[in-house]
Amino acid sequence: MSHPPASAASSTWAPGALTPAPAAASRLRMLRSQTTAEILMTLRKGEQLLLSLVIPIGLLVVLTKASFIEVDADNRADFYVPGVFALAIMSSAFTGQAIATGFERQYGVLKRLGATPLPRSVLLQAKTLGVLAVQVLQLAILGAVGLALGWEPRGSVLAALAFIALGTAAFSGLGLLLGGTLRGMTTLAVANLLWFVLLLLGGMVFPLSEYGALADVLQFLPTAALAHGLRALMIDGVTSGQDLVVLAVWAVGGLAVAARMFRWE
Amino acid sequence: MTDTALEVVDLVKRYGGTTAVDGLSFTVRRGTVLALLGPNGAGKTTTVEVAEGFRKADAGAVHVLGLDPRDPALRARIGVMPQSGGGYPAMPTGEMLRLTASYHRDPLDPAEMLERLALTDVVRTPWRRLSGGQQQRLSLAMAVIGRPELLFLDEPTAGLDPQARRATWELIRALRRDGATVLLTTHLMDEAENLADEVVVVDHGRLIAQGTVRELTREGSTEQLHLIALAGLDTASLTAALPDGAVARETSPGRYVVDGKVDPALLTYVTGWFADQAVLLEDLKVERRTLEDVFLDLTGRDLRT
Repeated sequence: MSHPPASAASSTWAPGALTPAPAAASRLRMLRSQTTAEILMTLRKGEQLLLSLVIPIGLLVVLTKASFIEVDADNRADFYVPGVFALAIMSSAFTGQAIATGFERQYGVLKRLGATPLPRSVLLQAKTLGVLAVQVLQLAILGAVGLALGWEPRGSVLAALAFIALGTAAFSGLGLLLGGTLRGMTTLAVANLLWFVLLLLGGMVFPLSEYGALADVLQFLPTAALAHGLRALMIDGVTSGQDLVVLAVWAVGGLAVAARMFRWE
Repeated sequence: MTDTALEVVDLVKRYGGTTAVDGLSFTVRRGTVLALLGPNGAGKTTTVEVAEGFRKADAGAVHVLGLDPRDPALRARIGVMPQSGGGYPAMPTGEMLRLTASYHRDPLDPAEMLERLALTDVVRTPWRRLSGGQQQRLSLAMAVIGRPELLFLDEPTAGLDPQARRATWELIRALRRDGATVLLTTHLMDEAENLADEVVVVDHGRLIAQGTVRELTREGSTEQLHLIALAGLDTASLTAALPDGAVARETSPGRYVVDGKVDPALLTYVTGWFADQAVLLEDLKVERRTLEDVFLDLTGRDLRT
C-alpha cells in the first residue's frame, strides 16, 4: 500500500475541529456496539472456536457413530447431544470468558474502560449477551448435526432453556472468578486444564458410571448436573429437580464469589 | 463555570511503606496545558491516576471539573491516555477506535483521526501486533476521540519517532487552541518547554518548582556566560576582576563559564580582563538556563537518569 509518510499525514487541524463536546452515548447504543465487539472478538479466536464448536461436533459425530462406550440410551445421539450441549456451554461461558477476561485485565483494557462513559453494568450485560449469542450459534449447529445423526429431542423447551440459562450463569460466575483474579497466562493454563479434566470427569460425554464410587461426588459438578439434567429432560421428558438445584447453587455461589473477588486491573 | 479545571490539594498517596505522592498541590486552569515534569518514580503517574479516579487518595483532595474524581458524570468529560496498555489485544486498530467513539454522543471522525496520526496502514492490525509507537498513537486517539473537556495524557510521546512526536505535539496544541484543558506528564524538558503554559516540577512526590517555563528558567542566577579561549587561564584572577557574585571556572580545557548576573557591565569586565591579559577571546555566548538546568539545580540530579 502506498501512503504518505507520517509527516505528511499530520497536517494542521482546522480551528474548532477539536472543540470539546463531551457527552456519553445512550446506554442502548453502547450496549449494541459493545455486544457486537464481544461477539466479533469471540468468533475471531480460532483456538476458542476449536474448544467451543469443532471439538464438540467431532465428539458428537465420533461417539455417536462408534460404539466403544456403552451408553444408557437406545439412541446414541439422544445420549450425546445433551452432553455436547453442556460441553459447548462450558466452553463459551467458562473457558472462553475466563481467558478473555484474564487477558483484558492483563492488557489494562478493563481499567481503561473504567475511564470511558461505558458503565460497568453495560459492559457486563454486553459480555452476557455476547456469550448467549455465541451459544445460540453453538447449540443451533450442534442441534442440526444431532438431528442428522438421528437425535429425537423430547421434553419441554422451557425447561431446557431454564437448564441452559442456569448452566450459563454457573459457568459465567466461575469463569469471571478465574479471569478476574489470575493473570492472563495463568488463566489460560488453568482454564484449558479444567476444560480437559471436566471433559473427562465432568459427566458430559463419558458416562459417570465408568468412574465407580467417584461418581457420587462427580455428579455435583456443574457440568454433570447440566448434562444429566438435559439428558433426563430430552430422553425421558423428566425435569430433574436435583440437577436444577445443583446448578442454581453453583450459579449463585460462583457469581457471588466472583463479585467479591473480581479485580478490574 | 469556574476557571479551574483541576485542583490538587495536599495530595498524599502511599503504597505500603513508600510514599509516592507527598503533599502535592497545584491547579490547572481551564484551556491551558500543564506539564507534570519529573524523573521516573517522581509520583507523576500516581497523581494522574488519582485524578482519573483509578486510585484513592490517602489524604488531601482532588477536584476534577469541580467534581470528585470518582463521579461517573466525569467519564464522558475526560479523556484518558494511560502510560501503556488499554487496547483489546486481538482487536484491530480501526475497530478499537470506532468502538471507543461509540461510547460518545458526538465523537470526532475515527477515519480522520487514524489518517492524521498515520495509523491508516495498520487499520486492520490487532493491538498486540502494533509497535510501541503505534500503540501510543492509537491510545492518544482513543483519549481524544470523545471530544473531552479535560485530557490526562501520561507520557504521550514516550517511544515515538520525531515525526510522530511532532504530530502529537500538533494535536495537543490544537486541543488547547480549541479550548480543551490538558494535563500531561513528561520527563522530556523540550516537551514541557514546547507545549506547557505551566510546568509543575515534581521529585519524590513533592512539588519542587512551579511556574511558566519563562518564570522557571529566569529564577535564581538566570544566565551564564560561556567563553572559549586559550586553555589554562587563571580563573581566580578573572573572578577577582569581576563584580561581586560573578564566578569564573574552566569547565574543560579552553572552555570557561561565568556564573552570575549577566548584564552589559559584566561583559565589559570580562572583555577588559582578556584585553589586559592580551588573550584573544574566541567566543562569548550568553546562555539561558533550560528547564534541565533548573531541575539539576533544584534536585542535584539529572532528569533523564
